[in-house]
Amino acid sequence: MAEKLRVAIIGSGNIGTDLLAKAGRSPLLEVVGMAGIDPDSAGLARAAAAGVVTSHEGLDDLLEKLDAVDLAYDATSAYAHAEHAEILARHGVIGVDLTPAALGPAVIPAVNLADHVDAPDVNLVTCGAQATVPIVAALAAVTEVPYAEIVSTISASSAGPGTRANIDEFTRSTARALENVGGAERGKAIMLLNPSDPPILMRNTVYADVPEADAEAIAAAVDRVVENVSGYVPGYRLTAPVDISDGVATVLLEVEGAGDFLPEYAGNLDIMTSAAVRVAELHAERRAAS
Amino acid sequence: MSVRIVDTTLRDGSHSIAHRYTPAQVATCAAMLDEAGVWAIAVGHGDGLGAGSRQYGFAPHSDAELIGAAAAVAQRARLAVALLPGIGTKDDLRAAHEAGAGVVRVSTVTTEADIGIQHLQLARELGMDAHSHLNMASIASVEQTVEAGRIVVDAGSTALYLVDSAGAFLPDEVRARVSALREAFDPEIAIGIHEHNNLSLAVANSVVAIEAGAEIVDVTLAGMGAGAGNCQGEALIAVLARLGIETGIDLFKLQDAADDYVRKELMPGPIVVDRLTATLGYAGVPASFLLHTIRAGERFGVDPRQIILALGERQVVVGQEDMILDVASDLSRAG
Repeated sequence: MAEKLRVAIIGSGNIGTDLLAKAGRSPLLEVVGMAGIDPDSAGLARAAAAGVVTSHEGLDDLLEKLDAVDLAYDATSAYAHAEHAEILARHGVIGVDLTPAALGPAVIPAVNLADHVDAPDVNLVTCGAQATVPIVAALAAVTEVPYAEIVSTISASSAGPGTRANIDEFTRSTARALENVGGAERGKAIMLLNPSDPPILMRNTVYADVPEADAEAIAAAVDRVVENVSGYVPGYRLTAPVDISDGVATVLLEVEGAGDFLPEYAGNLDIMTSAAVRVAELHAERRAAS
Repeated sequence: MSVRIVDTTLRDGSHSIAHRYTPAQVATCAAMLDEAGVWAIAVGHGDGLGAGSRQYGFAPHSDAELIGAAAAVAQRARLAVALLPGIGTKDDLRAAHEAGAGVVRVSTVTTEADIGIQHLQLARELGMDAHSHLNMASIASVEQTVEAGRIVVDAGSTALYLVDSAGAFLPDEVRARVSALREAFDPEIAIGIHEHNNLSLAVANSVVAIEAGAEIVDVTLAGMGAGAGNCQGEALIAVLARLGIETGIDLFKLQDAADDYVRKELMPGPIVVDRLTATLGYAGVPASFLLHTIRAGERFGVDPRQIILALGERQVVVGQEDMILDVASDLSRAG
């Protein structure tokens, strides 16, 4: 069996800790390090207990301690990612960015995973984009999509301070991904928080203008892409049959998390960490093949 | 004692005509409101700036066009806009300010007030009045409401409105929240009230709020607005006159605007408490869902009241109109 891809995690919060569990379980990946900034972080303690090298003094310090790293996840903040991307580039480590920094090209595994495999740093956009861009791209592959609009609703308890402080950036970068990666001529994104208790699963609605619609081709394309995404995000599913009326296709989706570290309702976080694992696995597969 | 009146016929009223105001209608109505003496006139898409969408309905005219039409006629009244973070953005706020808006009500679900911090800060930078609509107020406790107030006041908000999006509040619930807000904040922070009439309590709840210390009241002409409509301006002003509370409004002029213009030219039909709108208030579902629910009921062959009850069970909040389709589709398949 080929050597596993050596992966480091920057950020020891909820996302970083979920990545520790998910990447740790992948047969193709080995988590070798985790960097944080708080010596008392529960995430770092959990990593250390799993035999992972940790640092609470940041990425530079972690890289000093490690022999070799192939790829690093950034689960910190958009602001911090600019600096992290520089450090990773200097060390020849591939960056997979889960922050809204959007420095590197946008990657949605079900759509363009292989396109940016040589990029030094890729961006996973937003949870809303991970959930909806595959649908828009599937529609755009079979018909013209002049306009695509998405609504992502997440449980309030799964929305961290970063999301809350940057909600404009979330809608903007999601809308851009609907166009640039999804292939809609124009995109719009809406993001809502629902505070109900017990917390709701992540919900997504895609409204796509499909003036030339062939209803059967559209339903088949949506079914295929849902199957594809659920291959790496098992809780990704339709909640109703695709509806086409007055030239608009409406696709209703929910995302249930795997419950690795994050709670099951937080499908919005799970779809990001699952996409992140999928990107690293592609690198591992490519290396094994070469 | 005096209160400031914000008329929101040209914003919240927009829900009852699927957001299809023309600049000419806005200009006529705004001129009459200005002449009657309201403190501010709210204008724009019913779901706030930038909300033209499949989810809420596209408007034939941009928010900036409508604001501009009002700005051209308003001599005394300020122009107010709504911004719902997650739907509208800071860019939309800049455009609205450019078009003549001087007041913004940044509207979030009460328990999620921190998502509006950046928008309140921008409003302050632009020199606008930065106000906070704490919406879905009926699902938040008194403590959560005060906590939300702290978050937005720290971000620069100067007015806290209890927004009864579902028209679900009972009078004692309004009194408890307004009293708690009044007690928790310095006098320069104004408390506001925004009611919907789904349980026929909009005027009464607004009066209770004023008695408990509210100084800004959102109203509409003839009560035109989402669900069973808003607090009816002409009725409230008459009540306040009886109570000796100053509003600076000429009651007859306001009545004329309601009866000669809004009822005749803007309202598609009477806006009433009926089985649908009362069910919205009963189930605690946003009043803005009304027309969407009627359409979904027809399309899927389901009693819209069943849709509303199911939405209430799911605890949907302002903005989640897509759940109407989800629920209607579920109910039709459950048959």
